[in-house]
Amino acid sequence: MAATLKTTFFLQNKPGGHSLPRIKPFRFKTPMATLATVPTVGLSETFSRLKQQGKVALIPYITAGDPDLSTTAQALKVLDSCGSDIIELGVPYSDPLADGPVIQAAAARSLARGTNFDNIFAMLKDVVPQLSCPIALFSYYNPVLKRGVKKFMTTLKDAGIHGLVVPDVPLEETEILRKEAVNNNVELVLLTTPTTPVSRMKAIVEASEGFVYLVSSVGVTGARASVSDKVQSLLYEIKEATSKPVAVGFGISKPEHVKQVVGWGADGVIVGSAMVKLLGEAKSPEEGLKELENFTKSLKTALL
Amino acid sequence: MAFSSAAPSRTRTGLPSSADSYSLFPLKFDKITPPCHFNPKTHSIFCTLVAMAEQQLEPVVQQRPDSFGRFGQFGGKYVPETLMYALTELETAFKSLASDQEFQEELDGILRDYVGRETPLYFAERLTEHYKRPDGKGPHIYLKREDLNHTGAHKINNAVAQALLAKRLGKKRIIAETGAGQHGVATATVCARFGLQCIIYMGSQDMERQALNVFRMRLLGAEVRPVHSGTATLKDATSEAIRDWVTNVESTHYILGSVAGPHPYPMMVRDFHAVIGKETRKQALEKWGGKPDVLVACVGGGSNAMGLFHEFVDDEDVRLIGVEAAGFGLDSGKHAATLTKGEVGVLHGAMSYLLQDDDGQIIEPHSISAGLDYPGVGPEHSFLKDIGRAEYYSITDEEALEAFKRLSRLEGIIPALETSHALGYLEKLCPMLPDGTKVVLNCSGRGDKDVQTAIKQLKL
Repeated sequence: MAATLKTTFFLQNKPGGHSLPRIKPFRFKTPMATLATVPTVGLSETFSRLKQQGKVALIPYITAGDPDLSTTAQALKVLDSCGSDIIELGVPYSDPLADGPVIQAAAARSLARGTNFDNIFAMLKDVVPQLSCPIALFSYYNPVLKRGVKKFMTTLKDAGIHGLVVPDVPLEETEILRKEAVNNNVELVLLTTPTTPVSRMKAIVEASEGFVYLVSSVGVTGARASVSDKVQSLLYEIKEATSKPVAVGFGISKPEHVKQVVGWGADGVIVGSAMVKLLGEAKSPEEGLKELENFTKSLKTALL
Repeated sequence: MAFSSAAPSRTRTGLPSSADSYSLFPLKFDKITPPCHFNPKTHSIFCTLVAMAEQQLEPVVQQRPDSFGRFGQFGGKYVPETLMYALTELETAFKSLASDQEFQEELDGILRDYVGRETPLYFAERLTEHYKRPDGKGPHIYLKREDLNHTGAHKINNAVAQALLAKRLGKKRIIAETGAGQHGVATATVCARFGLQCIIYMGSQDMERQALNVFRMRLLGAEVRPVHSGTATLKDATSEAIRDWVTNVESTHYILGSVAGPHPYPMMVRDFHAVIGKETRKQALEKWGGKPDVLVACVGGGSNAMGLFHEFVDDEDVRLIGVEAAGFGLDSGKHAATLTKGEVGVLHGAMSYLLQDDDGQIIEPHSISAGLDYPGVGPEHSFLKDIGRAEYYSITDEEALEAFKRLSRLEGIIPALETSHALGYLEKLCPMLPDGTKVVLNCSGRGDKDVQTAIKQLKL
């Protein structure tokens, strides 16, 4: 089954093959062309551009290979065409400690279908050139270590990936990752949380590249009924400490949440489990993609 | 007496001949002569070697673990940022309690009057007889009777100390993971004793294998939450406990049950179990006026082994042997022999040897013993293996079951299936040991909990 789908996917992406939505042959959005002197758009550059336009970044997250890699490829294009500014792509892992039930289940389904590092990157090499927004990979540390940090970063670079989030590597252990990330033009995004003391938060934001990932609540990933008021004061503290852009994630699942967080001064919003759920629980991949499109558009509207 | 984190552990990591110097032992061991005079020739050579090594390597003698919680490359804190503050808080509290007289006295009192320490160092006469060679020579086998602790295993040493620690931290909600259920029962017990709310995460497959312990935990007032994800065993229960902690870190203390997980757990759990080795040293001196020659313990995460070994790590004439679960056999792909077959990686907050595939995904382990059925191992064991200080071997399900039966029949002690792995290794070890070698095996738990599993396997 998995093999069949993989084959289908590669056929679809051959030049001239049909895929939805229409592929833009050129990777930059027009305003960027005037700013860019390098042939890629990184995370921080994306934020600078948005800031100039007075806009806030929409950062959806999906798990690679759920329900299958062919759908992931389509989903990346759908998210891109619906106005995503950065896409966070999760590498499925057997023991995702920072994830709630929705993303855990997505990772388990993906791995059961045979998703692995090689076929994710084969897909990315094909799809990334067709996207106008940058991709940040979200991976737990063990798959990175197994591949070798250096080789992992080179692979990211070769696939045109701009950012990396490793949720189980705190600041103290990031040295090797940061060095190799810098060598390969990959921006290593670090996370700060409501339990992080201010002095520690300052060290984290200082070291974070691309943007600062503010975890909105104490807990694992997953939709929540509301966003804690504490986010407002946390944003304030971070903004005092740095001029780097700050994106808020964990538990952001509705247009109302997006509006609220933007009102508090966030530079970006990350929406994960709600997206993953749409794709994972849909009756068919097509239906999932359609729902993903509608949902992304509704979030984008909330940002305007 | 109970523990002392303040005393830094020292080891000579780079000792070039370290592995060899252990295998030299014991060449001509005379059981009657007091230990410091035994085999004067070897002894003096050994002393010279150590002196040379210390001279050469003084600058690299290191604390174990270092300030980052690392044992060489192993250990560390690989956890979501949300937990970092709690880990720092825990480490600070742990360190301050080491010199807190009141805490120490309270802990000592509970270990004595509630847990039932000290546990005997028992001479297993008929087991010793069993390993005698035709010429009547063979090693002497002693069992450190951790199975006689309240709740039937060593696990309570750590649980009781961490519960006291949680009280000091002002945390009234306790969570824990459990495999065989022994750590869960120990945690549920101390929570009942101290009036703390208790939630135990247990793989649904383990709940079936260890139904008796599930009932015991519930009887003790704990909530047992089944974990269905992954393989529904200890690994998944641990992940779920960590997720709970990430979510409730402000109100909750996580009583991690092994020398695994992020720093400071491997150090803290080791120190809380170090009482096993300390008593052993004292008892050995009383019984035969010397030290043990060989220590044997089973290793899943490795807490009972570390508890016994820690006291003796710097005594280089004491052989340390850890025994892992080989399940259906090392080549079957169905085992839990992490140190024998694993590769370095990060799981549950620490860098250590792991069972993983080419993509860095964690492989499902297998062992008949729920307590050894874990794809990782405590980082300090990985370190001791790499520097050649401890040796690690493995025993299959079948060999463990034989040992389970053997100890029951020869000594009237039904051991836990975990412990049975250590006992199983005696079959291979004893024929190679010189006459009179003092072997201390950590009888880490009692086997009543395993009779349901054994009934399916043993035809009696």
